[in-house]
Amino acid sequence: MQVSMTVNGEEVTREIEGRLLLVHFLRDVLGLTGTHWGCDTSNCGTCVVWLDGRPVKSCTVLAAMAGGHEVRTVEGLAQNGELDPVQRGFMECHGLQCGFCTPGMMMTARALLNENPDPSPDEIREAISGQICRCTGYATIVRSVRWAAAYEADQRADADQPAEPAATTGGAP
Amino acid sequence: MTTVGDRKPAGFEDNDQHPVGHGRMLRKEDPRFVRGRGNYVDDVQLPGMLHLAILRAPVAHARLVSIDTTAAEAHPKVKAVVTGATLETLNLAWMPTLSNDVQAVLVTDKVRFQGQEVAFVVAEDRYAARDALELIDVEYDVLDPVIDVRRALEDAAPVIRDDLEGKTDNHCFDWETGDAAATEAVFAKADVVVSQDIVYPRVHPAPMETCGAVADFDPVEGRLTLWSTTQAPHAHRTLYAIVAGLPEHKIRVISPDIGGGFGNKVPIYPGYVCAVVGSIVTGKPVKWMEDRSENLVSTGFARDYVMRGEIAATRDGRILGIRTHVLADHGAFNGTAAPVKYPAGFFGVFTGSYDLEAAYCHMTAVYTNKAPGGVAYACSFRITEAVYLVERIVDCLAAELAMDPVELRLKNFIKPEQFPYTTKTGWVYDSGNYEPTMRKAMDLAGYEDLRREQAEKRARGELMGIGVSFFTEAVGAGPRKHMDILGLGMADGCELRVHPTGKAVVRLSVQSQGQGHETTFAQIVGEELGIPPADVDVVHGDTDNTPFGLGTYGSRSTPVSGGAAALVARKVRDKARIVASGMLEVSADDLVWDKGSFHVAGDPSTAVTIQDIAMRAHGAGDLPEGYEGALEAQITYNPPNLTYPHGAYICVVDVDPGTAQVKVRRFVAVDDCGTRINPMIIEGQIHGGLTDGVGMALMEIVAFDEDGNCLGGSLMDYLLPTAMEVPDWETGFTVTPSPHHPIGAKGVGESATVGSPPAIVNAVVDALAPFGVRHADMPLTPSRVWDAMRGQARPPI
Ligand code: FES
Ligand code: FES
Repeated sequence: MQVSMTVNGEEVTREIEGRLLLVHFLRDVLGLTGTHWGCDTSNCGTCVVWLDGRPVKSCTVLAAMAGGHEVRTVEGLAQNGELDPVQRGFMECHGLQCGFCTPGMMMTARALLNENPDPSPDEIREAISGQICRCTGYATIVRSVRWAAAYEADQRADADQPAEPAATTGGAP
Repeated sequence: MTTVGDRKPAGFEDNDQHPVGHGRMLRKEDPRFVRGRGNYVDDVQLPGMLHLAILRAPVAHARLVSIDTTAAEAHPKVKAVVTGATLETLNLAWMPTLSNDVQAVLVTDKVRFQGQEVAFVVAEDRYAARDALELIDVEYDVLDPVIDVRRALEDAAPVIRDDLEGKTDNHCFDWETGDAAATEAVFAKADVVVSQDIVYPRVHPAPMETCGAVADFDPVEGRLTLWSTTQAPHAHRTLYAIVAGLPEHKIRVISPDIGGGFGNKVPIYPGYVCAVVGSIVTGKPVKWMEDRSENLVSTGFARDYVMRGEIAATRDGRILGIRTHVLADHGAFNGTAAPVKYPAGFFGVFTGSYDLEAAYCHMTAVYTNKAPGGVAYACSFRITEAVYLVERIVDCLAAELAMDPVELRLKNFIKPEQFPYTTKTGWVYDSGNYEPTMRKAMDLAGYEDLRREQAEKRARGELMGIGVSFFTEAVGAGPRKHMDILGLGMADGCELRVHPTGKAVVRLSVQSQGQGHETTFAQIVGEELGIPPADVDVVHGDTDNTPFGLGTYGSRSTPVSGGAAALVARKVRDKARIVASGMLEVSADDLVWDKGSFHVAGDPSTAVTIQDIAMRAHGAGDLPEGYEGALEAQITYNPPNLTYPHGAYICVVDVDPGTAQVKVRRFVAVDDCGTRINPMIIEGQIHGGLTDGVGMALMEIVAFDEDGNCLGGSLMDYLLPTAMEVPDWETGFTVTPSPHHPIGAKGVGESATVGSPPAIVNAVVDALAPFGVRHADMPLTPSRVWDAMRGQARPPI
């Protein structure tokens, strides 16, 4: 069957098997290998991408179901060559080690900050609770997201704007 | 987005201090990872690449009667179907394990564990390969399995390893250490003897990336390129050469970015060999990536020790001796990845951090119908089991003596002036200063206040527990005269080349699975040469481009390869001194090194930098007599001893009396790993290990039913900690350098995995003290804690 969708702002159309999972479509068909795969049971969250701005586990979505929708992956997080503050936060606070869970974690974190620009550590933990990291012990991930939130708050203050959620990346609701 | 300068937000630790050498510094590998540009094995796409899937046995013990592959072969997308019979014709049906045992690549005679490899299919895509597995028809004659480790040696037990000549039972090996008679003597004279049955259940490292490989065999050149999830690319290459009979110089093993290892990626698995065979048979590159359940049911598990611990002491709390008997479940093949002279790994350090009069251990290892493995999951070669045993039994003694567990430990620590300290089992601890580390942890935790709070809560019927553990690890295997893997000495090579402009490349034999080698090793070289770590490129994980060495596991990268990196840089510095002596026209002895430059003694204005020297060494001008040019060196470092990091951990838990749910409220970890190269990375390693500890203590177990069905075969059944189960870690450190390591560093990657489970279990047992509980085995799930509260604690296996 033929499927068309927008991936990181670009229209793509491909001939696929109806049973192809979105994660394999992104990785094997489009070559977007930043999205990972780590389990058979929708538990690990290494595969998290955005479907119409909301984080989903792409191992649990058929590529066909994403037809006509907008998908964003880690490769589409940086805008115009500039890293998203979440990406910077992860580097600044050692929010990653092997990097395998990282794309999924960052996609969830960005979505969280879009909805809640000042999440508490507990809110961050809850947001990533469907995802597993075997390396970091999570505390540095929480710090990384806090870093991004603080950075964006500074940016807003510097720009002397009222404190409203800053949509810093495209594709967000 | 609005860009107003590049100011970083206040209130966060500055991890980006651009040190020349050691210090906090952001990781050099991160820019590619945060962009999704890592290159993991499953990311490798080659033109014409095929996909391999493995058919696995549905039962634990069965004779193979027949395999019919006709329908699978007829599948339009299938390129090859291979069975054990095919491999037998290639003499590849069996392969050696890392413990001098053999393991079936594909079953030829008998299935020995559920999930064992029976056949494989190579097809045009992943899905078709899986489809074709369904078309293979296998007939099994099911046999009684051996599942209960305690019954493996009974006369009536079916013999699992009838492939081994003359084998009539399931005995794997017996091992002992220490002095049985001397230990008996101290137990005889002791005022107090406490004994406790302690089980360390089977768990699994479960890295987020499963195991896999891409094999590309070029029949014209006879050259094999193998991308694989391996922590030890050089050792693997040599073993492939031995197993497959391929010439070693025609094998290139590439271990690109690895999504976590934790020991899971040390052994050679049948799947890797299948991928190689698949590529040879089809003449195409072949990718094999196992799924999560294959990872959990078939690859290297960890622990599975059934222990009895005994401790002897005086009434006033002086520990005299420790004795232990262990029954070790090694699964169907002895696939332990440990130095060959150490069949029980480094379990011999079960004497812990204490000055004893005598110690003894006797171990019996057996075969069962379970997956092989044993040494994995950041265990530092079984030190997890040893530390758990000693730290649990010491707590049992404290309870018996009604003594505070910290006080008992402080009273028995090896004293700083006793180092180097030879334990009663023959380990030479290089350095340690235990009491300050313990006291620092107590200060950070507010130990006295916690005990007061606990007393108040107990009075109200609330269940709060405080658990302490103190560990000493033996890491950095190892001196080659004692330690080898299948005859390969555990030394590590290192090559360093300084380019004409003063930038450098260092090539390592170890390999990172997330530990940040590209940063840490650049810092080690930077420190020694006085150049910014940003100017040092680190190459690793490719046998064609790195020197020989044994790889990353057992926390050995910094102790062994880190030593190599420091020494090779000093060798380059010595050469630079010669070049500088020519430039400054003085004798080399008259030069003074000042991190990054040489100057004539007494005249700093004469300084020539490493960059100047590098240009001169490659330039057209004269060089000192006998100096050929270039600025580079290589070395193989054979460490004189292991390094012995230590740490003090304090855990605070609350147990819900209504649901028996354990909540880890606080965890304080104070680690001493000697010289600290990058504190940010060290802290990350500690955090990760503490999380493993929560998993093992409270959640994780690979259990089996009586038929040998694995009950932990998915992440729905094998529970791993999420951000909800772990607290915000509190860490601290002390520094006791290793006296023999070139920069005084000790390994740290596994410290927290080793040290945290006993702290958590001790805390839960402490919380349950009002119920008279003295011990409860891991994992402390609500149902098991509930049982313990009702006086019905039972072993998990
Ligand atoms: S791959 Fe594990 S949740 Fe999607
Ligand atoms: S960084 Fe390795 S799994 Fe999260």
